[in-house]
Amino acid sequence: MSLLEVSNLKVRFETADGEVNAVNNVNFSLDEGKILAIVGESGSGKSQTVFAMTGLLDHNGYATGSVKFQGEEILNLSNKQLNKIRAEKIAMIFQDPMTSLNPYVRVSDQMTEVLVHHQGLSKSDALKQSISMLDAVRIPDASNRIRMYPHEFSGGMRQRVMIAMSLLCRPKLLIADEPTTALDVTVQAQIMQLLADLQKDFGMSIILITHDLGVVAGNSDDMLVMYGGEIMEIGKTESLYSKPTHPYTQGLMSAVPRLNDSEERLITIPGNPPNMMKPPEGCPFSPRCNYSNDKCSNVSPILSSVNKSGHYRACHVEVERIV
Amino acid sequence: MSKQTILQVENLKVSFDVSSEGDMPWTKPKKLQAVNDISFTLNSGETLGIVGESGCGKSTLARAIVKMVPAEAGKVLWLGNDLLSLSNSETRQYRKQIQMIFQDPLASLNPRMNIGEIIAEPLRTHYPKTAESDVQSRVSDVMNKVGLLDNLVNRYPHEFSGGQCQRIGIARALILKPKLIICDEPVSALDVSIQAQVVNLLMDLQQEMDLALIFIAHDLSVVKHISTKIMVLYLGNMVELANSNEIYQYPRHPYTQALISAVPIPDPSIEKNKELILIEGDLPSPINPPSGCVFRTRCHKAQEICSIEKPEFIESSSSHSVACHFSD
Repeated sequence: MSLLEVSNLKVRFETADGEVNAVNNVNFSLDEGKILAIVGESGSGKSQTVFAMTGLLDHNGYATGSVKFQGEEILNLSNKQLNKIRAEKIAMIFQDPMTSLNPYVRVSDQMTEVLVHHQGLSKSDALKQSISMLDAVRIPDASNRIRMYPHEFSGGMRQRVMIAMSLLCRPKLLIADEPTTALDVTVQAQIMQLLADLQKDFGMSIILITHDLGVVAGNSDDMLVMYGGEIMEIGKTESLYSKPTHPYTQGLMSAVPRLNDSEERLITIPGNPPNMMKPPEGCPFSPRCNYSNDKCSNVSPILSSVNKSGHYRACHVEVERIV
Repeated sequence: MSKQTILQVENLKVSFDVSSEGDMPWTKPKKLQAVNDISFTLNSGETLGIVGESGCGKSTLARAIVKMVPAEAGKVLWLGNDLLSLSNSETRQYRKQIQMIFQDPLASLNPRMNIGEIIAEPLRTHYPKTAESDVQSRVSDVMNKVGLLDNLVNRYPHEFSGGQCQRIGIARALILKPKLIICDEPVSALDVSIQAQVVNLLMDLQQEMDLALIFIAHDLSVVKHISTKIMVLYLGNMVELANSNEIYQYPRHPYTQALISAVPIPDPSIEKNKELILIEGDLPSPINPPSGCVFRTRCHKAQEICSIEKPEFIESSSSHSVACHFSD
């Protein structure tokens, strides 16, 4: 049985200017011990998908569909039930560690609070566990540094603190929303390495949200490409990179500048991402797609299987014409 | 195309005075050496890429060249004239030739001016006597050049997407027909597909107008695509300067090597088996930099001499210089 099963997830926002369809009919599942990467540009709905799953949508947003975690429905549960799940089973880390940590509270208090509140540990036991968790994320001199305030840590160290804090209750699923976007490449490499090691040690699953295709390539088993709130393509990371079957995935792959080729001009995707207030009819990518035809701008394509190894795509154009 | 040297920077130094929390009013402020002894030359039509981690002095260097921050020592020779020794009014005539574009496309545009006014502003400032019809035709010219429709002149910045705002910023920089554009992280805030559009646009404009560019970014793969030469900075010091292909194929400084190996390659078969040179720890405090070689505290090759003697910046070939005692 898969750990997480998302079916027909839709997210809508009521705004003063009308309804925004941020996420449309998203389906995917995640097995235990696997890393799923969700890739897309800003506004593609990748963050809102996981926010909906964990009940973190803004007050004007609502989600429909179904999200099953270990077989139980968790979408739109009450705050009390969600708090329990978010504490013990699903943890989340965010892009900017400085804004996710409380600047007025020592790291030690922020960390022990989690254990005291959720697991009923005594303050001293909680402190011991917190220190060993900081050791696990390789913060040097953890027993002294835990007394510091968040601003006394560097960006990379703060992200380590966030990771340590999210792992305190040994979650089954860690959602990392652009965990390295605010960091330098050298620190990014350290953090990604750390996440990979922890994933093995703790045997958890990870949903990695990012726009950096390089990070995805090195750190995920499966990947899901989103555009305009819909899934464009989903499958094994290797097969999506070696043989992308959706025009958007292809465009995205070729638009990334690479260190290992000497091609001077970058290949671009013409046009701009869609305005989600007025999404295009049919396939959201059709206005920017080289292959689009009449059908594309009228009928929304359905996610369908490309091969037997779990590779799906949503496109009207035949695979043979694209690959 | 004849290559004329347009910019020559010699031993440029910038420092800031910083006082820390809890200092008494009479405590002497500490000196933060943000840019230390930087020299390079730039020819017309060339691109110099500047890379390094945050806090390494990339932006300060760029700002010192256009005198947005005062330099402590050194020379900035623009077509042979030292900009740093000029008075403000004298500097003005050179400002027309050096323009800048910034990282956050929306924040660098005045939200209360429409984009026609924004793009025309440099022209109106430097050539106040230009006739209104000329201004308008110049504005629509540059807008076409950067791929914006000229019927958008009356719109305001918030009506545009990030990529379009960056095009507006580029149009504003181009209207004075500069010889050099300093781009401070121009694509970091943009999505991949838009980033590629802006990088291509800059390269096309460079060809067309024989522009020189100084391109600052922390994304090494973008810098590689656009640059002729690349300078690697660490804590305000130049550690390596070389032609862009050479630096990626044969990086000689351990820091450059680590930086390049840290860039994730979008190909799972390579990325998952890549041998990573991880540099441990964080950037040391620039207020209290390490003695000798600034990189020695994180360097896997560091030996005793590195803490005693600062390595000189040595030209190993005409196109490659490096500052390291143990360079490959």
